[in-house]
Amino acid sequence: MAAATALIRAEDVHKTYQMGETEVAALRGVSLAVEAGAYVAVMGPSGSGKSTFMNLLGALDVPSAGRLTVDGSDLGGLGADALAAFRNRAIGFVFQQFNLLPRTTALHNVELPLVYAGIGAAERRRRATESLERVGLADRMDHHPAQLSGGQQQRVAIARALVNRPSILLADEPTGALDSQTSGEIMAIFDALNRDGITVVLVTHEAEIAACARRRLVFHDGRLAEDSAAAPSETTP
Amino acid sequence: MNLLVSVRIALVALRVNALRSLLAMLGVIIGVGSVIVMVSVSSGAKQKVEEEIANIGANLLTVRAGDSSRRPRQQGEEPPSPLTDRDVAALRDEVPGLVAVAGYMRRNQPLVYGNANWTTGIIGADADYLEVRDWSVAEGRAFSDAEVRGGVKVALLGEKVREELFGDTSPLGSTVRIGAVPFDVIGVLDRKGESAWGSDQDDQVIVPITTARKRLFGRRVTVRDEVRLILAEAALPDQLDAVKSEMEAVLRARRKVPPGGEDDFYVRDATESVMARNETSSQLGLLLAATAGISLVVGGIGIMNIMLVAVTERTREIGLRMALGARRRDIRNQFLVEAVVLCLTGGLIGLAAGVLVTVVIARGGEFPVVIEPTIIALSVASSALVGMFFGLYPAHRASRLNPIDALRHE
Repeated sequence: MAAATALIRAEDVHKTYQMGETEVAALRGVSLAVEAGAYVAVMGPSGSGKSTFMNLLGALDVPSAGRLTVDGSDLGGLGADALAAFRNRAIGFVFQQFNLLPRTTALHNVELPLVYAGIGAAERRRRATESLERVGLADRMDHHPAQLSGGQQQRVAIARALVNRPSILLADEPTGALDSQTSGEIMAIFDALNRDGITVVLVTHEAEIAACARRRLVFHDGRLAEDSAAAPSETTP
Repeated sequence: MNLLVSVRIALVALRVNALRSLLAMLGVIIGVGSVIVMVSVSSGAKQKVEEEIANIGANLLTVRAGDSSRRPRQQGEEPPSPLTDRDVAALRDEVPGLVAVAGYMRRNQPLVYGNANWTTGIIGADADYLEVRDWSVAEGRAFSDAEVRGGVKVALLGEKVREELFGDTSPLGSTVRIGAVPFDVIGVLDRKGESAWGSDQDDQVIVPITTARKRLFGRRVTVRDEVRLILAEAALPDQLDAVKSEMEAVLRARRKVPPGGEDDFYVRDATESVMARNETSSQLGLLLAATAGISLVVGGIGIMNIMLVAVTERTREIGLRMALGARRRDIRNQFLVEAVVLCLTGGLIGLAAGVLVTVVIARGGEFPVVIEPTIIALSVASSALVGMFFGLYPAHRASRLNPIDALRHE
């Protein structure tokens, strides 16, 4: 059955936050499935629930109700340490503001996930170097973030996201802080990575960025309002 | 995450905020510094006391005539009857706990050898005197009991006296005149250094007490066999009080003190006065100990404060690390290690400062520098403990941050 191969499977996922006295429902029942190797753009206005969904997908938070299975793990049932281990193993994060550690070299920034995976120094170095080569920054390994351009910093961040060979690359507005030419370069990297078989999920509000993806999910008011692919695995058994 | 990586991260953070880190460490620096100074100074002072006691002679008891108050004699009051050779003999024979007893008198008199002239302290003493004082001759020999009984004119020169009168040549066999009386030099004393009361003990000459009384101090002696002071050495230090009581009983009987009457002599443990003189330094040590304890607590609070600031400043970094797979305990350990590294660095600076201050104080107070390895280990360990204790709360707070909020933190 095709559903068994789904990398991401959400079943009636709800998320409510307690804001002082009132409860805010950020997600009100989202169901979808994403197969391995997909290239998905997540869109929607602010407050639509897209960020909440991305946080759940990235195991930074757990659903209030419903079932969310990512890469074979039921995230709702995991404790804090298990969630951390899951993030480390299965998810590669790319942020709008790059989020590199300012006082360490590109190489050390890329090594960071491997540090938490408990991998030895020599192996860390080898894999971080390999990952930086993959984004075309082999010659900038010893540079500090401040010595790199915005596009280069984002490439370091992508190398960091890739270094522990995650199943999913989660990118939150990855081009939001970049000019259009650099944005194109970054999107080219995502395209290439996806062609290599990595599942890419990116949040964006720019249509041309979303156009790079092969599937588009639009959130509205805590619900999935539009799914361009209408999830083939859902419709065709 | 392994410890080495944490330490490296901590050192980077420390270096980036060098001035701030230094200020945060100040309390720990002062705390550890004063622990070092306190302990080293008091153990230096203690060693000095021990050396002084050893210099006086171990287990030494002294007997003087008169009462112990040392008040000036009132008009018409009779002087106390002096101690005598017979008292010395009685103590020697009747108090089994004593290994050596010696009578003692001392006067300053001029000493002449050839053209050289030197005024120095002349000690008249029994043969046991050197043993009581743990003193020995470096060259030649001491005089015997028989020589004391016979009133022989022989002298032992202090090292300083020998140097003044004889320079580089050996004085053995020479004759020196004390006042007008010729004495044969039979020995030179070992160097003894300064006494506990600050006089140069090498600037003295020792002659038999009988000879001194008859030939040198004649006009000032009231009783034929007077001694000014009796020095006695007890066999064992823990019997000092018992031996002292026995001596008092013997002397009371000899001097016919009525039962219940006040003694007209007093026996004193020579180490007591040295101890009493050094009491102030131990009180100073206590004060410093209190300072050290308070500074370590204040220092710990400083560390806690700076760590709370660091956690707030680096909230985004914490969020990022969590997103990349850091578990709560990884974050907690990282900040704990940072607090400990901060405190340890402060501790090491404090250690260096403390050693420096100790050396300066020791030089001023003229006592030996005693810095024990245990106290170094203790101070380093205590600064690490302070870091751990006061770093725990900020580290715990960091580890409890919500990764989403932390990542969004500006």
